[in-house]
Amino acid sequence: MLSVSDVKNLLTKHFPEGDVNVVDLTGTSDHFGVQVVSQKFEGLSLIEQHKLVHAAVGDYLTNEIHALEIKTKTP
Amino acid sequence: MWNKERVAEIVNGNKLVVFAKGTPEQPQCGFSARAYTVLEMLGHPFESVNIFEDPEIRPSLVEFSQWPTTPQVFLNGEFIGGSDVVLEMFEKGELKTKADAAFAQ
Repeated sequence: MLSVSDVKNLLTKHFPEGDVNVVDLTGTSDHFGVQVVSQKFEGLSLIEQHKLVHAAVGDYLTNEIHALEIKTKTP
Repeated sequence: MWNKERVAEIVNGNKLVVFAKGTPEQPQCGFSARAYTVLEMLGHPFESVNIFEDPEIRPSLVEFSQWPTTPQVFLNGEFIGGSDVVLEMFEKGELKTKADAAFAQ
């Protein structure tokens, strides 16, 4: 099981320059909402931006993490 | 039998397709429900596949699209995104424009 701060740490490692916010959507530690503001998204399509977030959480997504609501932004 | 070729056939054989958890009448996940709602608001017919119908659907879909989660929406054979991307594009009006263009062909 992952906590909000575990998810936040995973994302911060991949987006060290960015601003990362994580909430537990259901209180069950498996549905998270994340907002990432990062330069890395500049010029990328939404799909490519979300793929970067998927990559940051790796295999946790679909295992420990059942659902991930993603919002991406550039600063 | 499900494999990525069958997924490709469905995606290429329908202008608007969604793979989701549950049916439009009875979605089994909040994210899938949201995708169904958006598609219904577009006002075009769409094909839906309930991934719970067969345990082979999800892995076949993921292999086809290289996207790990459901729902997954495809328009004109192109992967549009999961529920977040679809909702964001809908709110900006981009999805409606794209769908109208696809169905006008």
